Amino acid sequence: MDILVCIKRVPDTAENEISVNSSGSDIERDDLVYSVNEWDNYAVEEAIQIRDKVGGSVTVVAVGDSESEDVLRREMAMGADKGILLSDDAFEGSDGKGLATILKAEIAKGKYDLILTGAQADDGAGQVGGMLAAMLDLPFASLVNLIEASDDKKIKIGREIAGGQQEISEIDLPCVLSIQTGINEPRYVGIRGIRKVASVEIPVRGASDLGLNQDSIGAAAAKVSRVDYFTPVLGKGAEILEGSIDEKVDKLVELLKSKGGIK
Amino acid sequence: MAFQIFAYILHKDGAVDDTAGEMVAAAKKIDPAASITAIVVGSKIDSVCNSLTASFKEVWKIDNDALSYPNSEVIRGLLAGIIPKGNILLVPHDHFGMDLSPGLSVKLDGAYLPDAIDFDGVDGGKLKAVRQEFSGQVSTHVLCDISGGAVITTRPGSFAAEAGAAGGSVVDKTADALAGGMPGGKRRFVEVIEAEMGDVDITKSDILVSIGRGIGEQENIEITEELAKAMGGDLSCSRPIIDAKWLEKSRQVGTSGKTVKPKVYMALGISGSFQHLGGIKGSPFMVAINKNPNAPIFQIADIGIVEDLLEFVPVLTEKINESK
Ligand SMILES: Cc1cc2nc3c(=O)[nH]c(=O)nc-3n(C[C@H](O)[C@H](O)[C@H](O)COP(=O)(O)OP(=O)(O)OC[C@H]3O[C@@H](n4cnc5c(N)ncnc54)[C@H](O)[C@@H]3O)c2cc1C
Ligand SMILES: Nc1ncnc2c1ncn2[C@@H]1O[C@H](COP(=O)(O)O)[C@@H](O)[C@H]1O
Repeated sequence: MDILVCIKRVPDTAENEISVNSSGSDIERDDLVYSVNEWDNYAVEEAIQIRDKVGGSVTVVAVGDSESEDVLRREMAMGADKGILLSDDAFEGSDGKGLATILKAEIAKGKYDLILTGAQADDGAGQVGGMLAAMLDLPFASLVNLIEASDDKKIKIGREIAGGQQEISEIDLPCVLSIQTGINEPRYVGIRGIRKVASVEIPVRGASDLGLNQDSIGAAAAKVSRVDYFTPVLGKGAEILEGSIDEKVDKLVELLKSKGGIK
Repeated sequence: MAFQIFAYILHKDGAVDDTAGEMVAAAKKIDPAASITAIVVGSKIDSVCNSLTASFKEVWKIDNDALSYPNSEVIRGLLAGIIPKGNILLVPHDHFGMDLSPGLSVKLDGAYLPDAIDFDGVDGGKLKAVRQEFSGQVSTHVLCDISGGAVITTRPGSFAAEAGAAGGSVVDKTADALAGGMPGGKRRFVEVIEAEMGDVDITKSDILVSIGRGIGEQENIEITEELAKAMGGDLSCSRPIIDAKWLEKSRQVGTSGKTVKPKVYMALGISGSFQHLGGIKGSPFMVAINKNPNAPIFQIADIGIVEDLLEFVPVLTEKINESK
């Protein structure tokens, strides 16, 4: 099975505290550590496991600037066979539909049985996979937490739905699936693995290579655009306990007792 | 305004989901004068449709035996055939909405605005909306060009439910929707597998000590188990703990886990994503311990403690045990 996995380079929230810069134009980007989007890493692991079972290939593709090469290489160190970087100033400011348009143009150049995305990325949209499927006229399933590939015409999938339930379906190939975390346990990638693929060539394609013009991509074509960032105000806010650890603990024990928090 | 607003109604076992009233509120924020059309898809849904006439001017019914399970691949095809382009469709941002909506926006040739939590008016064909990024660590204003129509998903629980205008009527759209046959045959629903029962039922617990990614490593869970024991409560967790297979799935709190209603909820190293908070009901007394003073959980919690939980928790456990 030939599998394509779409991956995005994002600020790693496990490594950074994300905050808004002083003008609200962006998040504070100094000293941010970037990595591959958590969901995409599960998607790549799944693709590798399927390939190792039934044969075929895994290609990872990212739309982004030259720094996205790092995440492509990381996923190649995990075991993906090939990386492709889609990069062009003309792609900047694309909305979800623009991104799906760019990815679709690349997909049209190859032949894939299975296309995987993450369930969502850093901005919590969860849109690229579903749009891509619709543009390619392929069946789609989101939040997939089980794949059983046995047949080259169709596969069995599980979707995560409410309350820990799982929805089982059969889906025809080729198809697009968005992958939910927890579907597998992504393998660890060491420095050595990354070194091994350090010199592998990663082709870079721009708008003209993909036959795209500004009508469908970039800021000009985007129907959805971000105006600013701000710090959310969700509720009234917690009372923050001050003092030394011992003082905080004493206060908290008292509070817990009065609220029935100690049986 | 020149567009009409449709609301996709979730329902289960003959009962309308709470998000129906939330979408009425959301629609009114987009256009205070909106007359909103509810769309109900399913099998044997007359009573659901009739109950909605109390809140929606018009209720579109698509009723067929083959629609008894909501397969979004099928429903997307049906909706693409009957919703006139250029209008707005609201869908709750849950596992179904996420499945249905991005592709539907492509089929309807409109914009897609995912997971909106508030609206701030329409100006020159552009709707201003509020979203969140990085699991709620920051918010953004976005502009969505709705002049060519849009599919918008709204976050469940973000809009305070409202009743719409009463006295609506049900319009049977089944024949129109099925005029081209039943779509979506490439993804066939098989069954729903129920969640496994675990060793403890956290939905019954009065006191929950809940751990998140901030616990760092599996070995550290022990100190929180000791705290739970000292408090007489149970251990629950956020999703990354389940993904790492450190605790059983039955201990996950959230939209894709369990809905809990304890009296006291201790959130240890949990950032406070909406999917996590969506599983906590009944306004418990919430204590959050997090080393990041800007963690969203501090906006929801009653008491906040900015500390490393690995240092704080053992001291707390000891003090509780001493005080007994
Ligand atoms: C469709 C869907 C459904 C989902 N369903 C659920 C669900 O049911 N339940 C759920 O929980 N999530 C769910 N999620 C995931 C959710 O979006 C978040 O990713 C998740 O809740 C984050 O968990 P967390 O708060 O533990 O981790 P993070 O967001 O990574 O937060 C960790 C926190 O720990 C703090 N921290 C780190 N180290 C320490 C320390 N030493 N001491 C104190 N604090 C520390 C950090 O400051 C941070 O705030 C779902 C996601 C999707 C897409
Ligand atoms: N710039 C990008 N390059 C490649 N894939 C992307 C990009 N942005 C989003 N995706 C894919 O789409 C998924 C969902 O992202 P989103 O729709 O942005 O929430 C991600 O998990 C990726 O698989």
